[in-house]
Amino acid sequence: MSTPPEVLELTRRGVGENTPRIDGGPKTQGRFAFGSDLWAEGMLWGHTLRSPHARARIRSIGIAEAVASPGVHAVLLADDVPGRRTYGLEFADQPVLAWDRVRYVGEPVAVVAAETPELARRAAARIEVDYEPLEAIVDMEAALATDTPRIHDHGNVLRHVRIIHGDPDAEAEIWVEGYWETGMQDQAPLGPEAGLAMPADDGGVDLYVSTQWLHVDRSQIALCLGLDDDRVRITLAGVGGAFGAREDVHMQIHACMLALHTGRPVKMSYGREESFLGHVHRHPARMWIRTGASYEGRLKVWRQRIVVDGGAYASSSSAVIGNASTFATGPYLVPNVLVEGTAVYTNNPPCGAMRGFGAVQACFAHEGQMDRLAAALQMDPVELRLRNVLELGDAMPTGQVLGGSAPTRRILERIAALPSIVEPATPPDPVLRPGGANNVTRGEGLRRGVGIAFGFKNIGFSEGFDDSSEARVRLELGPAGPVAEVHTAACEVGQGLNTIITQIARSELGIDDIVLHPVDTQVGSAGSTSASRQTYMTGGAVQMACRAAASRAFDRAAQRGVAIGDEPRLDDGWLVIDETPAVTLAELLDRPIEETAVFHHRPTTALDEHGHGEPHMQFAFGAERAVVEVDAELGLARVVHVDAVQDVGRALNPRSIEGQVEGGTAQGLGLALMEEIQVVDGSIRNASFTDYLIPTILDVPSVTSELIEEPDPESPYGVKGVGELPTLVSTPAIVAALRNATGHELNRAPVRPDDLVGLNGPVLGNPPPPAPDVPGPRAVPHYVAGEGAPS
Amino acid sequence: MIVRVNVNGTWREADVWGGASLLFLLREHLSLPGSKNACEQGECGSCSVWLEGQLVCSCLVLAAQADGLAVRTVEDLSDPQGALHPVQQAFVDAGAVQCGFCTPGLIVAVTDLLERDPVPNEATIREALSGNLCRCTGYAKILDGVRLAAATQERSR
Repeated sequence: MSTPPEVLELTRRGVGENTPRIDGGPKTQGRFAFGSDLWAEGMLWGHTLRSPHARARIRSIGIAEAVASPGVHAVLLADDVPGRRTYGLEFADQPVLAWDRVRYVGEPVAVVAAETPELARRAAARIEVDYEPLEAIVDMEAALATDTPRIHDHGNVLRHVRIIHGDPDAEAEIWVEGYWETGMQDQAPLGPEAGLAMPADDGGVDLYVSTQWLHVDRSQIALCLGLDDDRVRITLAGVGGAFGAREDVHMQIHACMLALHTGRPVKMSYGREESFLGHVHRHPARMWIRTGASYEGRLKVWRQRIVVDGGAYASSSSAVIGNASTFATGPYLVPNVLVEGTAVYTNNPPCGAMRGFGAVQACFAHEGQMDRLAAALQMDPVELRLRNVLELGDAMPTGQVLGGSAPTRRILERIAALPSIVEPATPPDPVLRPGGANNVTRGEGLRRGVGIAFGFKNIGFSEGFDDSSEARVRLELGPAGPVAEVHTAACEVGQGLNTIITQIARSELGIDDIVLHPVDTQVGSAGSTSASRQTYMTGGAVQMACRAAASRAFDRAAQRGVAIGDEPRLDDGWLVIDETPAVTLAELLDRPIEETAVFHHRPTTALDEHGHGEPHMQFAFGAERAVVEVDAELGLARVVHVDAVQDVGRALNPRSIEGQVEGGTAQGLGLALMEEIQVVDGSIRNASFTDYLIPTILDVPSVTSELIEEPDPESPYGVKGVGELPTLVSTPAIVAALRNATGHELNRAPVRPDDLVGLNGPVLGNPPPPAPDVPGPRAVPHYVAGEGAPS
Repeated sequence: MIVRVNVNGTWREADVWGGASLLFLLREHLSLPGSKNACEQGECGSCSVWLEGQLVCSCLVLAAQADGLAVRTVEDLSDPQGALHPVQQAFVDAGAVQCGFCTPGLIVAVTDLLERDPVPNEATIREALSGNLCRCTGYAKILDGVRLAAATQERSR
């Protein structure tokens, strides 16, 4: 046996440390291969022809000229789809390629493969589609009217959620009304949708693609290709940001069809304009709220109507409206609640997952409403929130009792106690004035405002879904000592999951050398990289698999006569018993150890007909305080600083969490001040980074993050997901600060310059539409049309 | 049409479509995909390269315009053994990288800035990088990375 070192060093770069990203070097060098960087010998380029109409009947499609175009190898239509002709995350209602009718501007109608992207584009332009345009339904409230034409055979209601808690007709001493709107936001990941499909000798296909969930992609792709799952093998290509935009299939099925048809590798890579057309967006929402409270500021009654625009196809709308409805009343204790939430179909671009997933819209509304109530009561906004804050053991409107950990009171107290910003109101550098160099004043009209917001959101999939994650760990002796290879199907999309996985493996196995197997479908599903869930779920799976492998090492030591004791562990290459190194791990690895583990979170339940159940797995809380400066004459605003207090359970990599807080805050700033897809008659008018503005380094302020560590007793290491929460609270905190600075109501996000100078009053809205007459809390396509639309 | 461009010190030739951008030439003809294609209209800076020493968006330059000229890309910054350039190392150390799609363009833009102004103040950094969009980081760690790179280069001077 080797001689134990006198002092055991803690294994470095394990959990809890600011371990640098493992992919940082290649990414700074331009050597990291994103989906759009892929290349194969003899590869063709795919191009998609999309509908110019929001609603139309297709009379005929002529492809003869396109087929005869130079360099063209294939022109495929709906009839060429080998298997099921529709796909979808929750309901297969979306055509791979349109036949008979189109339902939104940008809907794919044909795909072309050619020698170069330019030849493919020119050939697609020669496809002759004869459309009969129909009147498009582009308003979400109009879609609900009984005399409006049906966009799908099963109607225009995608899902209606009704939650009743206590007595919604109860009395209160003071009432406030509110109408709130949020616009259609784009995820705008910098990396475009891209991938490479390679036909395989066995008649199957190998696909390399930027995505968020390999296995749900595969099940949709395989059905549409008419292949068994094992003939569709997917490997994750580098992902240039996701934020929900890559949950739905984009170019995957098209590229596979073209590759199988031509027998050649086919690459597809969207440009920015096509990216806006080719992925789903954040749902625009309209929310009507009536809140009753006592004079002491205790919430008594909360009645809310929500309508969100799901666009032409279902995507994940049914889960989004589930979230918007279950989080409608915010992190507050309300005894009497009625929430009626509806997701509708329209002929607008499809909406689906985006960071925050329904809870963003809810948070904008409940925080505005709470501020309005505080003003009516002449009470400090933080004090009002403290009087109603949800705490462990409290029941939410669904009846679910808040468990896990919930440092809610502490978060509110910290956000109120943070030192105020003392930076002078007129910064000397004109670049840092509202509007930057565009500001033509000398700062005479500047007004400061401060606002806070508080919110919470679910981590992981909800309403009875078992989104388990699998990890495989292989521990063996390499030339330089023990090495562990970790294999999962969990998608690193930029958030830093791969680094967290290596930190967990290092800590659990007590070795430094961790290798990550390429992320592919040769291992079981890891679930989606969404809902802030991967550190919890795949982190949990990696922890389990590592512990199983360690346990095998302990067994081997015991077989060799080592007295294992109660709490053996692996540390710094040693098996340590009672704080004494007993045997090196290397000595136990005469043959490799391989373990696979599947991690499940505790079960959740569907909502019943009253909207009751235990829908959510874990909750994360957070608050932000924003300081803004508004040039009240020009309508220009600058966010000066944001303070964030975030519930993280336990920080596995604090710097990486700060990055999530800062980045999430910036996206919330975008929704507060500039980001909205402009849809006119169903058509996106600003599908570019020239016209759809995302925050630049001149727009985003310094952010101070305070991480609250109260471990969740139910989660691995006590972690909580952190990816989404900052995006929830940033928008309402900034808009509250803008209200504070200007005195205007500002009930719609994003806030526009006209709103800031007071040219526009508040958005008035119609009376809330009646709840639709549909049964139960399940999504409508399930009980009307079944799993799939007609094919 | 045939274009001949000096890329990272080596003359390279390619037969390109007349409408092809310098970015397309680099990525698809010359196997240099380090410069990224995020907006293709000069808004995001992900495709930043030096053309005759000038920082440009390579998506806005036609390949034909670069004929006979010298182009330097992000691939030229780290040494052949793979050791990172100080700006690259600073970005890794500061946590300035998330998805990494904007990163090569930012590395080029920051290297260019520090060549002109070795110790820039915050307003200068923000102004200089206002043409580089990042969707992940909220820019805080990018600012840290620039300051760290400036300090590192200042020490080694």
